Amino acid sequence: MTRAPATAPGPATPPEAAAGAAVLTERLGKTYPGGTVAVAGLDLAVRRGEVLALLGPNGAGKSTTAGMLTTTVRPTSGRAWVAGIDVAAAPARVHRHIGVVPQRNTLDRRLNVRDNLIFHGRYFGMRPVTARATTARLLEQVSLANAAGQRVDELSGGMAQRLMIARAILHGPEVLFLDEPTTGLDPQSRLAVHDIITSLRAAGQTILLITHDMTEADALAGRVAIIDHGRLLALDTPAALKRSVRGGTTVTVTADGTSPVHLAAALAAGVPGARDARPLGDAVLLTVDDGQPVLPAVLTAAEACHARVREVRADPPTLETVFIQLTGKELRDS
Amino acid sequence: MTIPAPAPPRFPALAAFAALLARDLTVLRKQPADFITRTIIQPVLFVFVLGYISPRISQPAAGSATQTATTLLAGMLAIVILFQGLFAVALPLVADFGYTREIDDRLLAPLPAWAVAIEKITLGTIQGLLAALVIFPLAIFIPAAPPALHIHWAVLLTLAPLAALMCASLGLFLGTAMDPRLTMALFAVLITPLMWLGATLFPWSALHVIPWVQGLALADPLTYASEGLRAAVTSQPHLSLLVIYPVLAGATGLLLWQATRLFTRRVIS
Repeated sequence: MTRAPATAPGPATPPEAAAGAAVLTERLGKTYPGGTVAVAGLDLAVRRGEVLALLGPNGAGKSTTAGMLTTTVRPTSGRAWVAGIDVAAAPARVHRHIGVVPQRNTLDRRLNVRDNLIFHGRYFGMRPVTARATTARLLEQVSLANAAGQRVDELSGGMAQRLMIARAILHGPEVLFLDEPTTGLDPQSRLAVHDIITSLRAAGQTILLITHDMTEADALAGRVAIIDHGRLLALDTPAALKRSVRGGTTVTVTADGTSPVHLAAALAAGVPGARDARPLGDAVLLTVDDGQPVLPAVLTAAEACHARVREVRADPPTLETVFIQLTGKELRDS
Repeated sequence: MTIPAPAPPRFPALAAFAALLARDLTVLRKQPADFITRTIIQPVLFVFVLGYISPRISQPAAGSATQTATTLLAGMLAIVILFQGLFAVALPLVADFGYTREIDDRLLAPLPAWAVAIEKITLGTIQGLLAALVIFPLAIFIPAAPPALHIHWAVLLTLAPLAALMCASLGLFLGTAMDPRLTMALFAVLITPLMWLGATLFPWSALHVIPWVQGLALADPLTYASEGLRAAVTSQPHLSLLVIYPVLAGATGLLLWQATRLFTRRVIS
């Protein structure tokens, strides 16, 4: 009944890098029947103990990538290893090493909160007594101890999400996959999920975080991979990605005594490194590279055209700036 | 907050399989009303109307009520087994493949996807046999006259599990082959002909008066289950066991193979 993996021939044993990385992909690709290319030769390595955010617009190939790494999508080219195991060759063995929190609520509706965890533990070969003890401890940690006997369809979105995270880490997986874990949650529940992720990270849990949310990726991830059209566009720490942006800092200058149009022209000419200056209402938006001292030049240029500067505000680049510059578009849905 | 991975059991896939089955049996045990109602109501009504009311209305000649009850006994066993295959295996797949994809967590257990399918068939088989156990005494005591029982243990103990396995495989096949949204509608269209043509309310041999119906009944896999059970618990005429066993085994094998193939294709894209 086992199928031969439909992948390019490669070494039977994982390369050394695969043994060292929690997740490694090598020209990993997926073309769906009908010709839709979801992932086109992705090379990605997730280091042990890091939180790596996979950021990309809808249809970029994030979920297909996660699907291939969690064995629900069969790769059509390239290879991938999770915990050193080839995902196409030994999917059932990969399951032991991964925990998955999918986008949708996949809790077992025929079981209550506690039994959802206990049976999950037993699927992974825990003895009933161990599964019960682990369940009790985890319910405490995700603040669901009081809901242990509840039916899962009575849970709020935030509670269900915390339960799914608890379920995903119950069997001690090496890599935790979180697919948009805070989408659709209210701010409190979002923070609660962020707290859980932060404490998992502190405990050394390797996490692949798939998200639309730039601030979430910035706050939680050690490194961010930006993908679009099934390809990796950038991979670095959030800080380095933001530094790499050209013209990422926006300086808003508000002044009296002259028209914004004149001020914009004066700033464009007078501030070294200015990439763009345009009037917006009674202010001027000036775009410069990140980390460049501009305040003295702004004041000098404004004075030269008899403007009295009321306010100067500098906004450093965000991941969103990086994202838009790389993918050339606003997020399609967030 | 992380949990150290527990030492893996020696046969992780077997342990996972057993745990999946334990989960299903727990759900079954905790909601017995579900099982009882969907198992009993229809066959009990059949036995009551055809085996109790009908003979009393028409005041049949001696022996006829007994004969009806005897015919119904095997037929009812076959019907409950068929119902379990469909309700215990095919219906849950609607939720599994529907929006909530409840099956996803089970698919992430450390066993291959096809083994998850086999677990579902195992559960359907167990439920089919349980249902047969429940209906057996009812089909004996409800009719106006008790059936003439002749139990052939060797046949009963081999044929009942085989029939249950075939019906559970049929359930998985239908549940995976069709769009979950259509499952309910297709049930209505499928169950009735399967049931009425499946030699449940009359022995297959009695159909010789209408040869084309007798021929058609041979295309219904349930015919072989009811005729086999007829051979197992009565001394009525029945299709040859030399035909029944190979056909049931062949149908089971074919359905198992196709159903697990479709299931795997459905859950892994």
